[in-house]
Amino acid sequence: MTAAVIPPDAQMLATVRGVLAERAHEPGALLPVLHGVQDALGYVPRDAVAEIAVALNLSRAEVHGVITYYHYFRSEPAGRSVVQICRAESCQAMGAEALLEHASKSLGCGVHATSKDGAFTLEPVYCLGLCASSPAIVIGDDVHGRVTKQGFDELIAEVRSAA
Amino acid sequence: MTTTVYVPCDSAALAAGADRVARKLTELIAERKLDAKIVRNGSRGLFWLEPMLEVATPKGRVAYGPVKPADVAGLLDAGLLSGGANALNLGLTDEIPYLKKQQRLTFARMGITDPLSLADYEAHEGFVGLRKALAMSQADIVQQVLDSGLRGRGGAAFPAGIKWKTVLGASAPQKYIVCNADEGDSGTYSDRMTMEGDPFVLIEGMTIAGVAVSATIGYIYVRSEYPHSIAALNKAIEIAEKANFLGDNILGSGRNFKLIVRKAAGAYVCGEETALLESLEGKRGVVRAKPPLPALEGLFGKPTVVNNVITLATVPIILARGAQFYKDFGMGRSRGTLPFQLAGNIKNGGLIEVAFGVTLRELMYDYGGGSATGRPIKTVQVGGPLGAYVPESQWDIPMDYEAYAAVGAVVGHGGIVVHDDTADLAQLARYAMEFCVLESCGKCTPCRIGSTRGVEVIDKIVKNQNRAQQVILLRDLCDTMVNGSLCAMGSMTPYPVLSALNHYPQDFGLAVPDKHAA
Repeated sequence: MTAAVIPPDAQMLATVRGVLAERAHEPGALLPVLHGVQDALGYVPRDAVAEIAVALNLSRAEVHGVITYYHYFRSEPAGRSVVQICRAESCQAMGAEALLEHASKSLGCGVHATSKDGAFTLEPVYCLGLCASSPAIVIGDDVHGRVTKQGFDELIAEVRSAA
Repeated sequence: MTTTVYVPCDSAALAAGADRVARKLTELIAERKLDAKIVRNGSRGLFWLEPMLEVATPKGRVAYGPVKPADVAGLLDAGLLSGGANALNLGLTDEIPYLKKQQRLTFARMGITDPLSLADYEAHEGFVGLRKALAMSQADIVQQVLDSGLRGRGGAAFPAGIKWKTVLGASAPQKYIVCNADEGDSGTYSDRMTMEGDPFVLIEGMTIAGVAVSATIGYIYVRSEYPHSIAALNKAIEIAEKANFLGDNILGSGRNFKLIVRKAAGAYVCGEETALLESLEGKRGVVRAKPPLPALEGLFGKPTVVNNVITLATVPIILARGAQFYKDFGMGRSRGTLPFQLAGNIKNGGLIEVAFGVTLRELMYDYGGGSATGRPIKTVQVGGPLGAYVPESQWDIPMDYEAYAAVGAVVGHGGIVVHDDTADLAQLARYAMEFCVLESCGKCTPCRIGSTRGVEVIDKIVKNQNRAQQVILLRDLCDTMVNGSLCAMGSMTPYPVLSALNHYPQDFGLAVPDKHAA
């Protein structure tokens, strides 16, 4: 219960400072720092930008520019599980577009969006390197190949029941 | 004697449920008190058979696949540990035609060894190349790479030895080796397989490069979509450092080389070497104008060798067996082998390493067994999202950089994505432009704006709004993109677009020219 006494911002900043202490000395440290922050917090909060900029001797615009340039970094928290569905050519050849549409209906949210219950964020992805097992998806940390619509619903049900 | 059962740990095997199979097997081995151990190997690359188990028997390794967790008990009942008969028994692994017909040089150990066992690696010719290199002069190492004819396997096919020679000749207090492991092309996974299934070969190749050009630091820039590759590399680097194959005074040679893994962040264009360098420097992955060449002013402005994973992973066998051995494979100016990756709508998708000169038809039918859906194959995209759609009339052209270039296609990184007759080439052409909109770094106008206009023009063609005029406009736009873009992102997006338009005009609502001629 002691955690509740500390305002969330202070806690967030402490995490960011921890990452900076560990990685700011590396040459070209910005990406490793952003990865560290996102690994720890699940996203890169807008309030962390100034802290990172000062530590790396960059402008806030430069840090913001890098965060928004790369698809991987997110400025808002994601749902409890991120569902990534590959929509590159190889997966398209095996019905990825229809699978993505099905997933969107089934989770009740569009792409780059989070389901109402906060359980899933749906993201399109461009190649997972599982092209001989198309269509391929990732749920959380787990990869799945040759996913059918029914298979997708079963995987989602598994995650829901495990939660 | 303890029997060894191999269960692959490659991502594609995991995607098919290999971890669940391994857990079930572990459980049953304990329950039945069997004298067996499980080794997590890399994948042989026969992905329609994953998870593919192998059992070491006196006659050789026997394969079973695809194995589901529910199959494990039955397999053990059938005598799995002695290679017993079962519907899933595929016979001796080495005799499986898909594997037997291949010429695996870069992938010599793939699926055979435990990726993180140094003993396995050394027992299969590992570090022979590095040991030889450490006894050679730098110029001789570079000469071997030059003589082998090895060209950049990332797609651009630039001779690796020339890059190395330029960096060797540059004098600077610090030089770098950068491994491009940003394998973003759809239909490709040979880099991923190498990093997960044989990481020491990449470490060895990079160390040889470092020794050859006096670079003491190497970076491996790995896609964020490849978490298993990043984990395998980090573990392998730690093991190699402890055994003094990396670090200070490597094997007592007085040479130093340090390796760092950097995680990318999902920008396709960072597979372009100068955008990759910007990203490593902590910036937006925006393409640099050349010159200066990265070989002279690369990472942090210092001379840098930037090579793809497969290029670097091929260096050890060239040093171990000699340039001539490698050069004897292949045809024309495409020397050696290429790990082709069969993907998309294909029955038997997988990794096929053979010498240049093989044809698409052989790969798709002799190896691939035709489409997965059983429908006729309509088109094949070779060389990733910036590669051309290759029509059936060109499926007998030998896979060779120059022969492909002559018909406006590219071999690229060796990715082959098969589409059946339900594919709509106008939609695929539109997707190529859409992908360029999404992934353009924004530095040059033809790529940044051209791609957006391209999507609009293709939409108009499909909707038949001034179709004839819009086709002229699309060709004109593609011409501007090809000739006016700073890098391959913009200059090659027209490859899939124009090949689709030229070979499949009916999908755009246009008349087929041949029919008029007849």
